[in-house]
Amino acid sequence: MTEWNERPGRIRRAPENFLGPAEIEAVKQGRRDFLRKAFLSASAALGAGAGAAALAQTAPAGDPAILNLPEWSKTLGMPVATRGYGMPSQYEAGLIRRQSPGLTQTAASSVAFTPLQGMFGIITPSGLHFERHHQGWHDIDPSKHRLMINGLVRTPMVFTMEDLLRLPPVSRIHFIECGANTGMEWGNVAVPTVQYTHGMLSCSEYTGVRLIDLLEMCGADLKKGRYLLAEGADGSSLTRTIPMELVESGEVLLAYGQNGEMLRPENGYPLRLVVPGVQGVSWVKWLRRVEVGDKPWGTKDEAVHYIDLMPDGIHRQYTSLQEAKSVITSPSGGQILLDKGYYNITGLAWSGRGKIKRVDVSTDGGINWRPARLETPILSKALTRFNIDWVWDGKPAILQSRCVDESGYVQPTYGQLRAVRGTRSIYHNNAIQSWLVNEAGEVSNVQVL
Amino acid sequence: MFKCYEKAALVVALLFAQTAMAASFEGIGRAATPAEVQAWDIDVRPDFVGLPPGKGNAVLGAELWEAKCAMCHGTFGESNEIFTPLVGGTTEEDIRTGRVKALADGSVPQRTTLMKVPTVSTLWDFIHRAMPWTEPKSLTPDQVYSLVAYLLNLAGVVEEEFQLDQDSIRQVQERMPNRNGMTWKHGLWPWGPGVTQGGIGNGGIPDVKNVVCMKDCKKEVQIASRLPEYAWDAHGNLAEQNRSWGPILGKPISAAAQAEASTAAGRQKNMLELAKLKGCTACHGVDHAIVGPAYKDVAAKYKDRPDALAYLMAKIKNGGSGVWGEVPMPPHPALSDDELEGLAQWVISGGKVQ
Repeated sequence: MTEWNERPGRIRRAPENFLGPAEIEAVKQGRRDFLRKAFLSASAALGAGAGAAALAQTAPAGDPAILNLPEWSKTLGMPVATRGYGMPSQYEAGLIRRQSPGLTQTAASSVAFTPLQGMFGIITPSGLHFERHHQGWHDIDPSKHRLMINGLVRTPMVFTMEDLLRLPPVSRIHFIECGANTGMEWGNVAVPTVQYTHGMLSCSEYTGVRLIDLLEMCGADLKKGRYLLAEGADGSSLTRTIPMELVESGEVLLAYGQNGEMLRPENGYPLRLVVPGVQGVSWVKWLRRVEVGDKPWGTKDEAVHYIDLMPDGIHRQYTSLQEAKSVITSPSGGQILLDKGYYNITGLAWSGRGKIKRVDVSTDGGINWRPARLETPILSKALTRFNIDWVWDGKPAILQSRCVDESGYVQPTYGQLRAVRGTRSIYHNNAIQSWLVNEAGEVSNVQVL
Repeated sequence: MFKCYEKAALVVALLFAQTAMAASFEGIGRAATPAEVQAWDIDVRPDFVGLPPGKGNAVLGAELWEAKCAMCHGTFGESNEIFTPLVGGTTEEDIRTGRVKALADGSVPQRTTLMKVPTVSTLWDFIHRAMPWTEPKSLTPDQVYSLVAYLLNLAGVVEEEFQLDQDSIRQVQERMPNRNGMTWKHGLWPWGPGVTQGGIGNGGIPDVKNVVCMKDCKKEVQIASRLPEYAWDAHGNLAEQNRSWGPILGKPISAAAQAEASTAAGRQKNMLELAKLKGCTACHGVDHAIVGPAYKDVAAKYKDRPDALAYLMAKIKNGGSGVWGEVPMPPHPALSDDELEGLAQWVISGGKVQ
């Protein structure tokens, strides 16, 4: 019988930052015994609380975390409402939104990425929702916010937030992905972790009013008016052209609620457009105006940016849909597997064309594949969580996921995507992502054709 | 007969439901006044619907530009300091053809606004609604006309004295360098009738086709790209960006490695290594000419040229001969835009490590 802390393949708790450069170098050389020693010394240094290994060496009576009652079992805890708005545990402080250094030169027109590497399920906590602002964000006074609907309508109308909250609401779960997500990787590997490769991706439950209901109140001419302009109230007053077909389907919402509370200011408080399946830039935040028209508008973010450069020098304009895409979120780039043995591979899949039908996972760089387990709920134009068992044998492995949506579209390889679109497109990179696990258990970002 | 009654009852019920619903929205929202619509309806479409009257020219525009725009975009709209450059990369020929050639041959790796924008209305609309950066919506229509004229003059689209107004802007549209550079024929706008019937898109037909293969799908795994060593270190300590406990941890990146990756010195050291790796230093010395000129001489020659960065990026990528002698410099098509920019910046700095 093995000791409680010596079962083969058991992953031991690791004190934070226990590996220094020397140890990392040793790990790279494939000396995993060195890693074990580093654990032992790091654990011993931490004393009684985490000194399991040290204790095991001298008196293997059991886990001190069990034998020595911790402080929280022997003292009075904090009273209710100590924090009027609850916060994550202090031990989760690393999982926050982050910028990619050097991506932009001004933080008012930039991106903060969601930490996908440590998240579960499909809902993005509102405080971790990715950010993309074009001219900074504001915390708008909702009593002074107005929505105007004009253009090809019988009566141009104005709505207050009170008006909108009186109307019958709907609640729906949808993903939002920036069209430039994974854009840094079109030509070659550029960033180390899934936060930076895929973190312009979030999924929330949105509550709001169907836009089509308001258009009907205004007497919109839906025969001539096949396009819609959405405009923000911020300094950039960002504008995007929206297809009327999608509005008529009832999917497009004027949302004020996000995950049970009001939208966060960074996500458009008090009102944003929700355009399921379409890239994030069309989900106009701080929405102040909707105009019905008979032609697209050719705005800055559809004539200078958010246009996809093809190899022949032509740009595709009004590219809006987010095609099926998936990514393994753990194990993923910049992470380390501490030992051989069992792991759960987990990730996310999504499609702007509807529901995810299947996800396959490869651990040998795409030679052989196994179907992953899809967790429920599986919703149209929402993130879908997948999981699959994996026993790592300590040899190099390349992890990939490949999804199929209900339209039958299969997520493409880098080779397939580049054969058509080249490497300079910036937008709409939905290629299969590869994570290389080396013999030391270190996971790095690579591209497989 | 019964069936008929049932149908009629259903119709009545539906009608009632609709009326009831509409009635329940009563008291919500109100008609907008003409003044309100005018105040907010500021968009200008490619067919110039929404363009207010006014006029301006590049001479007036130059003054305004220096006062309100140059601090971010540079005097000639060339600056890469805060935003990507606005002007550069377009030619007389592009103005004739309506297609920016550099987009196809990649000779100007950093795409400027004027290389991309097909519609002059876009410039007018955006400057009017969102500029200047810290004072959006403060410009009068006349000022916007002048600023647009200034940008167009820098790109050789209009003369300095050309008066830009509601009418003449239509002639300008016919000279936009990339006016024929867009296509609406693609699968990423899956709604509506498609381009063939006057709409956008092809009805949603995808441009790539992968298949579900499960076993022995290929013979070998070809790794096309790996994370460069300096990129590992340029995003902070990855151990601190993962959960600090659990079965999988983040990779620790030392403070020293981070500092080196983030400082100019570290970047320049990386660029020297890159230059060695790519074979540049076989022909160029930092301080002395070998087959090609010394980097310090290249830096001196182009130090006052506003588009030095774009020029050198293009030179490195495409090669050339005749500037420094007859020995040609070979093209380097495999360099990424990021590498090109880093190398060009490093050359402009004189190729120094500190």
